Amino acid sequence: MGARQQTERQATAAPAIELRAISKAFGPVQANKDISIRVERGTIHGIVGENGAGKSTLMSILYGFYRADAGEILIGGRPVQIPDSQAAIRAGIGMVFQHFKLVQNFTVLENVILGVEEGALLRPSLNKARRVLGDLAREYELDVDPDAAIEDLSVGHQQRVEILKALYRQADILILDEPTGVLTPDEADHLFRILASLRDQGKTIILITHKLREIMEITDAVSVMRRGEMVATLKTASTSPEELAERMVGRKVLLHVPKGPANPGRNVLEVENLRVVDAAGIERLRGIGLTVRAGEILGVAGVAGNGQSELLKVLGGFQRATGRVRVNGDDIDLTGRRSDGQTRRARGIAHVPEDRQALGLIMDFTAWENCAFGYHNAPEYQKNALFMDNAAMQADAQAKMERFDVRPPTATLAAKSFSGGNQQKIVLAREIERNPDLLLVGQPTRGVDIGAIEFIHKRLVALRDAGKAVLMVSVELEEILSLSDRIVVMFDGRIMGERLPDQTNERELGLLMAGVAA
Amino acid sequence: MSERIPKWADVVLVPVISLALAFVISGLVILAIGENPWEALKLMVNGALGSSYGWGFTLYYATNFIFTGLAVAVAFHASLFNIGGEGQATLGGLGVALVCLALPWPHWGLALPAAVLGAAAFGALWAAVPAWLQARRGSHIVITTIMFNFIGASVLNYVLVNVLRPVGSMDPATARFPPGASLPTLHDMAAALGIAWGRNTPANITFFIALACCVLVWAIIWHTRLGYQIRAFGKSEGAARYAGINPVRITMYAMLISGALAGLMAINNVMGEAERLVLNSVEGAGFIGIAVALMGRSHPVGVLLAALLFGFLYQGGAELALWTTIPRELITVIQALVILFTGALDNMVRMPVERLFRGRGAA
Repeated sequence: MGARQQTERQATAAPAIELRAISKAFGPVQANKDISIRVERGTIHGIVGENGAGKSTLMSILYGFYRADAGEILIGGRPVQIPDSQAAIRAGIGMVFQHFKLVQNFTVLENVILGVEEGALLRPSLNKARRVLGDLAREYELDVDPDAAIEDLSVGHQQRVEILKALYRQADILILDEPTGVLTPDEADHLFRILASLRDQGKTIILITHKLREIMEITDAVSVMRRGEMVATLKTASTSPEELAERMVGRKVLLHVPKGPANPGRNVLEVENLRVVDAAGIERLRGIGLTVRAGEILGVAGVAGNGQSELLKVLGGFQRATGRVRVNGDDIDLTGRRSDGQTRRARGIAHVPEDRQALGLIMDFTAWENCAFGYHNAPEYQKNALFMDNAAMQADAQAKMERFDVRPPTATLAAKSFSGGNQQKIVLAREIERNPDLLLVGQPTRGVDIGAIEFIHKRLVALRDAGKAVLMVSVELEEILSLSDRIVVMFDGRIMGERLPDQTNERELGLLMAGVAA
Repeated sequence: MSERIPKWADVVLVPVISLALAFVISGLVILAIGENPWEALKLMVNGALGSSYGWGFTLYYATNFIFTGLAVAVAFHASLFNIGGEGQATLGGLGVALVCLALPWPHWGLALPAAVLGAAAFGALWAAVPAWLQARRGSHIVITTIMFNFIGASVLNYVLVNVLRPVGSMDPATARFPPGASLPTLHDMAAALGIAWGRNTPANITFFIALACCVLVWAIIWHTRLGYQIRAFGKSEGAARYAGINPVRITMYAMLISGALAGLMAINNVMGEAERLVLNSVEGAGFIGIAVALMGRSHPVGVLLAALLFGFLYQGGAELALWTTIPRELITVIQALVILFTGALDNMVRMPVERLFRGRGAA
């Protein structure tokens, strides 16, 4: 490291943020261990790390949600105390959370002034905000209709409102937590342009993400965290995704699982004219048609909320629908008593749901109880007509957990005590080991560590190679492109088009995801 | 995420501290009205646990609370709050009375199984309507079970006054049950073994049925498919639907079992003690069941212990009213404080205890 060079630069401009030896423990868990980091003014600084590496804890300390056990925070070279978020705002720190904190039925202006109204009357504050927002819009490509209600805005625009809120509060330092998770590639590009122009105006930006591509694309420097420690801070220009991944995980990882060409056979799943109307009367699926053949992975791409969840729920047996669905040539019921998950499983459909914590697992159940979940009526889990065979269930779970490398391989632990990746492995083990004809899998690697992603991708490819049909819904285009044998793109409850992964690219898929017919 | 506090602290320490706090405040109240709290406590312990006579009453009350506590606990596992134990036990009493008065029973050994079926069936029936309304129509079960308590009391009133009242009687109560339907008391059973125990006390063979029900509930909840599905549904309805567990069926089954357990209480108080059906025979035991289930963490062992505690409070409280100038109302205050601290204010104790353990872990 050019230590001397750095000291010289420090003399001219103090870093925007400097953390010195920050430590934070939750009970026996050391979430942050002796973290030191310098973020230079006017740069975009990425922070990467696996789930549980301590990124969120660190940012929560910076934003005043937690108090560090030890260490100090310097802003612009001056030591500061940040006991709460008000203090963070006063120190010039703005935070854009992964889940937006906006009042849905307020307008943009009302949301922006919320908490910083000047005086009892709203009018002057609103007028001032309108003026400031106009300036910001011109300066940073941050245009949003100030009078639109939040609920009428797209997710990308809602995010801009969050950024505007921070800037309106005079933030010099902007922290963004996984900002692109909910955006189309186009919207993400736009966000990056905004961030770049903010940087050029002297703002400092901290970007927390697990997408290495974004780090490489936009950041100036990147810090890698692993198990609560800061393992490296690197200049983005002098590193590579492979190096970052290796530092995050602590070993070499394959970012792309190798797979041979598919050997598709007969049609396993045929869907025709599938329609779903939700409780509010809104049509969520507007006539979906698709097929999945044995021995292939069909990737369903799309921005979250365009009907993919409903598609999985219908096929998994807990959402009513109209239309026609055939599995191995036979119709399956879409309404009535025989449209439930038990009947689906009996027909050879296994389902790894999108939201493993709300649907795929009972978080308070032990791992062994979860390993039988959905298959609890299977004869091998029954001792006799009255009682379940808890011992057999435990042994079965133990074996599955070992085969799927669940850590720790302790079947008696509650599901909630496992990390996200290991929870996902429990669900996958349960569903894949049933040897289904058709596997439905939603967001296979959402919130899963890089090391586990590699493992999960390998298993999905292995299932395909064993001649099974896989329908995979994912919002990660990289995942769609690297795993799928065919890709369909969903937008607003319709299929916008079908592409082959080697004849398309993120740009084209991104346009389809935004509803633009290419 | 690891567990926030060790299991023993959750199961033992928190309830014990809550209980201690309730007793301390009760002591202050007794002190405030000019009585000696220490003497009062001694009197309660002596009166409830100091003799086989006291135990005979304590166990009798505890038996009631075991049934209603188990009823609430089973529903809790399905995430259903059954406040209707009072009404279900009332109707269970009607079932027992109808069975006992239907035949000139030759021996209690024949009458008991039939009465058990009658009590369970009527209790379950009374729970079935709110359950169905919840499962099918989404009517909240807390509201409907409360309403069914009142309806149940009115139904009983009508039936006792207009149907079951013996001709010429002015009392809204059934005739006495036939002698062949009289259950052996624990005193009788002990005497058969040559032990002098609990003369003139109401504790009867139903106590053992209650213990059997504890085992039965434990087996159902943790060792059967139905229990597995009830627990899954209770923890996460979304996940249960994903797994193909039918929410309507599970709601119905859980509430039928719950109502049957509450109904079984009538074996103890109607058949075992009163030997006829009177108005308001349940005397609030249905509501005590809620506190018992909360304090017992919805586990049969916990329910058993909590039921014994409340049995002690009931009997000890009665002794207190008998031998001191402490007014009867104060006994209710003490019981209310115990319910308040062990049930409603559980988190008040739990959170400091959690902090304590966190602090110790961090150091």
